[in-house]
Amino acid sequence: MDLNSIYTQLIMEHSKSGHNKRPLENPDISERGHNPSCGDDITLEIKIQDNIIEEAAYTGVGCAISQASASIMIDLIKGKSVDEALDIVDTFLSMIKKEISDEEELEILEDSIVFQNISNMPARVKCAVLAWHTLKEAVKSS
Amino acid sequence: MDKFDIKKIKEDFPILSQKVNGKRLAYLDSGATTHRPNQVLDAMVEYNKVSNGNPHRGAHQLSIRATQEYDAAKVKVKEFINAKEIEEIIFTRNTTESLNLIARSYGELINKGDEILIAITEHHSNILPWQRVAREKDAVLKYMYLDDNGRINKKEIEEKISSKTKIVSIAHMSNVLGTIHPLEEIIEYSHKMGAIVVVDGAQSIPHMKVDVQKLDADFYVFSAHKMLGPMGIGVLYGKRELLEEMPPYLLGGDMIEYVTEQDATYAPIPFKFEAGTQNVEAAVGLRAAIEYLENLGMDKIKAHEMHLMEYALDKILSIPYVNIQGPKDLESKGGIISFTIDDVHPHDTATILDSYGVAIRSGHHCAQPLMKYLGLPATSRASFYLYNTEEDVDQFIDGIKNVREWLGYGP
Repeated sequence: MDLNSIYTQLIMEHSKSGHNKRPLENPDISERGHNPSCGDDITLEIKIQDNIIEEAAYTGVGCAISQASASIMIDLIKGKSVDEALDIVDTFLSMIKKEISDEEELEILEDSIVFQNISNMPARVKCAVLAWHTLKEAVKSS
Repeated sequence: MDKFDIKKIKEDFPILSQKVNGKRLAYLDSGATTHRPNQVLDAMVEYNKVSNGNPHRGAHQLSIRATQEYDAAKVKVKEFINAKEIEEIIFTRNTTESLNLIARSYGELINKGDEILIAITEHHSNILPWQRVAREKDAVLKYMYLDDNGRINKKEIEEKISSKTKIVSIAHMSNVLGTIHPLEEIIEYSHKMGAIVVVDGAQSIPHMKVDVQKLDADFYVFSAHKMLGPMGIGVLYGKRELLEEMPPYLLGGDMIEYVTEQDATYAPIPFKFEAGTQNVEAAVGLRAAIEYLENLGMDKIKAHEMHLMEYALDKILSIPYVNIQGPKDLESKGGIISFTIDDVHPHDTATILDSYGVAIRSGHHCAQPLMKYLGLPATSRASFYLYNTEEDVDQFIDGIKNVREWLGYGP
């Protein structure tokens, strides 16, 4: 295992910057997600207008992987329609499960492709997917 | 010759000589599970090759041999913890099952308004079963908390245990903080107030001599896999008069006296609590594990671990960004160091240490109420055992010194 492929510059920047880590005022959706086995616990908040994700942010605690993953995901889904966002989430989860062999399919994931190597670290997969599962639940329940 | 020859001991544990991530393995997660020496592995293979049969059931040679092996393991456990009678030893799957058995079965004897007392440091396996008893019986579940030194003091004991208290259930040693609780005081006071005491010995029995009669514990439970034995077998020691009073937990084969279409009577203890085919192979492994521990000597094992702890604490306390949780001295503390690193989540610490060949545990350690009480989402935990060396500690400390840099923080 190469730590450099996990703790990349991009992941470190997102986990430390916290630019997407804050509560939203009057969010349309607020969804809590957590990993019971390890204690990562985030709340994802989203504002939706005309089926477009206008604003999103998260709060909570977790490791660098889970925090960076939430932050990168939020950058990615802002301004997208709910359906587009769900498509991105599914693609991300498929990438982690190594179900996608066509690299072109991954292009919509932009920066979040950085988590591709997480699939080689079974112990940390759940950290990387927490925010994405939470988003899926959030949209489903709304 | 000194029996505690660490080099020779390590040779008994083939798993420890491997490399992980291209690095020498420093296994510091014995609080989660320990490894098995060749003596234990060989005993189990030998059993499977020569003696496997279903115990207590057949008249044929193999069933008889399996029965003898199973019973010999019971005798070994009885002697190891100095129980009064062999019938007071019940084999379960693990500590969790032992605690569930007690809560389910002895819990039947609990009435409305009775109090059950546990410590804030407990593992979920010593919390959830009591929550259910309290809910179902309309009883009250109470907690003992820690003083500024991370310990349960006399005042707390005498304040929380009252004539309403029926059960006190507490770990001998905390799996998170390594604190060894003042069991003698707790047991003495509980008995004075009319309560029985259940002791979760999962973390303590691998590391120290335990005498259940001297302690006067009413129940004492532990797992084989944390003391060099295999997974899948645990022990429940209980005083005869309590076990006899309790209803059975699982019903089925090998635990009955007579069965009719509509009714059944149960076998005497310990069989009443051992329904179904037992894990004889694991019992054989547990016996071999105890023999291994006895051969080294529990006092020597403890001394070795305390030496490692002293060595490790001395180094780790000098690192300014490492925070130790729980007692920072060795008084009433076992071989566990729970810690956090400034700005770093414990999971990242564990992943980074793993890349340096150091195996530790990170998370809430199945003790969420304690984490909440400490105001932490998680900690990292290094736990030591008889096969660890100063070299393991050095590798651990070197790893720690690299953690912050990987995450882009200064040293």
